[in-house]
Amino acid sequence: MSTETRPLLGWFVADTLAVARRHILKITRVPETLFFALIQPVMFVLLFAFVFGGAIKGFPGGAQDYRAYLISGIFAQTVMFAVAGITVGITEDASKGIMDRFRSLPMRQSAVLAGHTLASLAQNALVIIALSITGLAVGWRIRGSATDAILAYVLLATFAYAVTWLGAWIGLHMPNPEVAGTAGLAWIFPLTFASNVFTPVATMPGWLQPIALWNPVSCLALACRQLFGNPNPFVGDSFPERHAMALSFGWAAVLLAIFVPLAVRSFKSRNAGGQA
Amino acid sequence: MTKAISAQGLVKSFGDVQALNGIDLEVEQGSVVGLLGPNGSGKTTIVRILTTLLNADSGTASVSGFDVQSQPDDVRSVIGLTGQYAAVDQYLTGRENLELFGRLFHLSKRDAATRADELLDRFALSDAADRGIKGYSGGMRRRLDLAASLIGRPSVLFLDEPTTGLDPRSRQGMWDVIQSLVAEGTTVLLTTQYLEEADQLASSIVVLDHGNVIAKGTSDELKNQVGGDRIELVVSNAADSLRAATVLAPFGSAQATVDEDAKRVLVPVAGGSNAIVDAIRALDEASIAITDIALRRPTLDDVFLSLTGRITEEDQAPKAPKSGRRSRRGGN
Repeated sequence: MSTETRPLLGWFVADTLAVARRHILKITRVPETLFFALIQPVMFVLLFAFVFGGAIKGFPGGAQDYRAYLISGIFAQTVMFAVAGITVGITEDASKGIMDRFRSLPMRQSAVLAGHTLASLAQNALVIIALSITGLAVGWRIRGSATDAILAYVLLATFAYAVTWLGAWIGLHMPNPEVAGTAGLAWIFPLTFASNVFTPVATMPGWLQPIALWNPVSCLALACRQLFGNPNPFVGDSFPERHAMALSFGWAAVLLAIFVPLAVRSFKSRNAGGQA
Repeated sequence: MTKAISAQGLVKSFGDVQALNGIDLEVEQGSVVGLLGPNGSGKTTIVRILTTLLNADSGTASVSGFDVQSQPDDVRSVIGLTGQYAAVDQYLTGRENLELFGRLFHLSKRDAATRADELLDRFALSDAADRGIKGYSGGMRRRLDLAASLIGRPSVLFLDEPTTGLDPRSRQGMWDVIQSLVAEGTTVLLTTQYLEEADQLASSIVVLDHGNVIAKGTSDELKNQVGGDRIELVVSNAADSLRAATVLAPFGSAQATVDEDAKRVLVPVAGGSNAIVDAIRALDEASIAITDIALRRPTLDDVFLSLTGRITEEDQAPKAPKSGRRSRRGGN
C-alpha cells in the first residue's frame, strides 16, 4: 500500500470530489433533506400565487402576471435559503468531531469546504429545476431567448454557490447546530422580504426603496425576470434596475471574494478554542 | 533515534483559563504513554496541539521528528487520531466511511478499498460493513472510529478518551484492540480519566492536574510512591484492633494504622500474597476473630489522592451554587 503522488491542485480536486461525494451520498440516504428543500420553495409559490395572489389586486396584468412575476422572486429567495442548510451541516460536522478528523488528515484542508459547497450546489440545482417545473404548472413561462434563459440559470447557480460560502463561514462560528439553524435564517428573512421578491419596490415607502433596490436579492430577482422575459411592472430607471444582471454577478463575486478566504482561514485556524 | 513525540514547555490558555502551564513530554517509539487526569487537567489540549488541530501559545512540539507548527502536513501523514466522539459520518455505511477517509489519506481507490476491508475484518465489523452507522451500537461506532484513524497505518496513534461512555464489555473490547496495536509496535498516546484504563494499557503514565505534570513514571513506580501492598483487615471486636496490629507487626514493612471505631487495621507489607497467608495464620493463633481481610494493592486513585490531596472525580463539583443552577463544563 502506498499513497499516490499528484500535484497539489490535483489533490485539491480529488479531495474536493471525495468530500462532495460524501455529502451527496448523505442526501440519498436521507431523502427527506431534499424533499424539504424542495417543498419549501414550492410551498412559497403556491401560497403566494393562490393565497396572497388574490389580495394583490393592484398588480398590472392581474393574478396571472403576478404569478409569472413571483417565480423569479422565489428563485432568488430559494438561492438565499441555501445558506441555512450548509450552515447547519458545517456546525454539525464540527460538533461531532468529523471536522477534527478531516483536519488531522493529510488532505488539502480547503477541500473540506469546497466539497461541501459543491454538493450544496448540486442540491440547489435540483431545487431550481423542481421550482421551474412548479412555475410552469402555475403559468410561468420563459419568454426570452434561450441564451438569456441559460444565462439566468448560470446566474442563479453562481449566486447560490457564492451564498453557500457565506453560509459555511457562518457555520464555522456557531457553537452548535441548533443556534446555526436560527442564525443561518435570521438575516435571510429581512433580506428577502425587503426586496422585489414578492412586491415591486415602487410600492414600498420612500426610505426603504434605495435599500430594496440595491439589495442583492432584488438584483438577482430582477435580473432573472429580465432574462426570462417575465412581467416587470413598476421598474424604474435607477442604476441597479438598469444593470441588474451585471450587479448580480458583481454581488456574487464580492461574496466569493470575501467569504471564500474568510471561511478557509476560519477552518484552518488553529487558534480557536475547540473544547477547552 | 527520533522520539515519537517530543514536547517542550507547551503553554496554552483559553481566555482566562490557563489550560497548559508548560508541559514537557517525551514518548519513545513503540511505547504507550497514558495522560491521566480529571476533566480540565489539559489532556485533550495536549492531544489537540500534537495532532495539529491547535497551536500552542508557546513551546515546541514534534511528532516523528516533524514540527507540529511548521510541518503540519508531514505530521498528519504519520498520525492517527481518535477523539472523544465517534468522528464518523452516521449517514454513510462503515465501508463508505473508511473508504472516504482512505481516499482523503491519498490512498489509491483500490488501496482504500483493500484497507477498508482489512480494517472492517480486524475490528469485527465485516457483517455490518454495508449498513449505515446509525444502526451501530456505541461500541461498534468507536471501533469504526478507531479503524478510521488507522487507515494510513499511522506510526503514532492518539487516543483521546477512547472508552468514555462505553459499557464495560465494549470497553474491554477496545482495550483488547488497543493492546494488539501496541503489540505490533504502534506508538500510542492515550488520555483517560479512568485510572484502571491507564493501568491496563499504558507502559508509562503522566499525571496531569490543572495544566501541570504532577507525576510521571510506570504504573508500579507511581504506586510505590504511595507505598506498596497493604493488608486491610476488619476485626470482629473493636477491643482486638490494637492487639491485631501488634500480632501483624512482624510482617509489616512500615507502621500499621489502626482505626478502632471502624475496627479497621491497615498494615503495609512487602511480601505480596504470601504475607496475607502468614497474617491469617498469626491472627488465628492469637485467636483474633476477623470479619474481613484483604490484600489491597494501591490503585491509581490512591496515587492521585496522595499527589493532589483530592479524589480525581469529585474535585470538579461546584460548591452548591446559590442560584441552584449547576453549570456543566464539557470537553477535555
